[in-house]
Amino acid sequence: MDDSTLAEHLARDLDGTFESLVHAHVDRCYAIALRVLGNPHDAEEVAQDALVRAYRALAGYEPARIRELRLRAWLTTIVVNLCRNRGRRHAPPMTPLGSLAELGAEPATDPSSDPATLAAQADQRERLGALLAALPERYRIPVVLRHVDDLSYAELSLVLGRPEGTLKAQVHRGLAMLRAAAAGTGLEEMTA
Amino acid sequence: MTRSVRTPAPTPAFDDTAGGLASLAAVAPAGLADDILVETGLVDRMAPFASPIGTLWVAWNGRGVSEVDLADDGPAAVARHEARSRRRTLLASALPEHLADAIARRLAGQRRVRIPLDLRGRTGFEVAVWTKALEIPRGEVRPYGWVAAEIGRPKAVRAVGTALGHNPVPLIVPCHRVVRTDGTIGQYSLGGPANKWTILAGEGVDPAALEDAARRGERLLGSATTRIVCWPTCRNARRIEPRNRVPFRSLRDANAAGYRACKVCRPTSIEAAA
Repeated sequence: MDDSTLAEHLARDLDGTFESLVHAHVDRCYAIALRVLGNPHDAEEVAQDALVRAYRALAGYEPARIRELRLRAWLTTIVVNLCRNRGRRHAPPMTPLGSLAELGAEPATDPSSDPATLAAQADQRERLGALLAALPERYRIPVVLRHVDDLSYAELSLVLGRPEGTLKAQVHRGLAMLRAAAAGTGLEEMTA
Repeated sequence: MTRSVRTPAPTPAFDDTAGGLASLAAVAPAGLADDILVETGLVDRMAPFASPIGTLWVAWNGRGVSEVDLADDGPAAVARHEARSRRRTLLASALPEHLADAIARRLAGQRRVRIPLDLRGRTGFEVAVWTKALEIPRGEVRPYGWVAAEIGRPKAVRAVGTALGHNPVPLIVPCHRVVRTDGTIGQYSLGGPANKWTILAGEGVDPAALEDAARRGERLLGSATTRIVCWPTCRNARRIEPRNRVPFRSLRDANAAGYRACKVCRPTSIEAAA
């Protein structure tokens, strides 16, 4: 069921349809939270909280409003806001990118090793996730939404309330920082 | 902000970074979807809870406790609950700790322990009856007619009995503390009258003595020293010295003898229904 069909069904029968919404979106809500927060436990709580809040919000909306919702972007907004609140509540684990690269990435002796190689295996994915989690938030969130979740720039713009051009630059910059971190090269200069 | 960002020229490695990131999409932990559905109240969980009358099966969701039932085994309890609630119900090994603790304290007589209830689909009248039953302290009983009068529906005695019979959360809402207006202990939804006796006896009430007194026409108990008249199980009535106890058949008789109604147990209210 695509999102507009799902929205139509939700508008007609929220309680009967909400389970389909959960199954369609729970993995991506979790993945976004996991990659933004870098912690499975927090990610699980945020994904649960986001979908429960979505249900309560939908229960208060008129059917016409539910039909017009762009569910994917709307749910993402809830997840991102909860991630940000959590980031503000608990001091964010801001490990400097340089030290993470030293700790987790492939030996810096081979600067040609790129993130795709790192991601080839599960523990390499974990390292990439750690590098991602260490990106400054304004780059990390757009990168996660664009490249982990595959949202379009139009959807990103809806979720984050920034112009598409800004977001493209931020994603671009975030990827460059990640690449540099993975290769263990001069990050201080790039983040200056 | 963006103008100050220096964006390096795209390179093959740049695209590979994006490809690597796509592999970071993750699958939610097993059970997360069910946790969400339980929290919204679209799915229930059910778990056993030990009680003096056997294993209780307690159903709950994010809105509160939705049912307390007596059953031999979990699957039977779940099947009954699903049929009644029309919600998918998942069998759990135990109640969440905070809920188990709250129920244990409520059963031990702490009325102020907060236990949220999921009473969706119930009528305002039913909820009013159950809320009133919650006011009856452990170790005391009141007649159906008292509940009817207290909720402002003095003639709805039979409907009060029906509402108590439909109480989905017996023991948590102590419908066992409401007895027949003629003074006999009466029916009980959770496995029959024998269980009502067991529970009341466990709470310090002597059901046999109550029924005997009612049969003798002793419905109220007055104190010769204070000249106040109470329901016999009222905490004030239980403090009356045996030599000062004066039983009455009705509040009218008590008033005629110069006794006034206790302000705690309010025996006045039954007059219209008795």
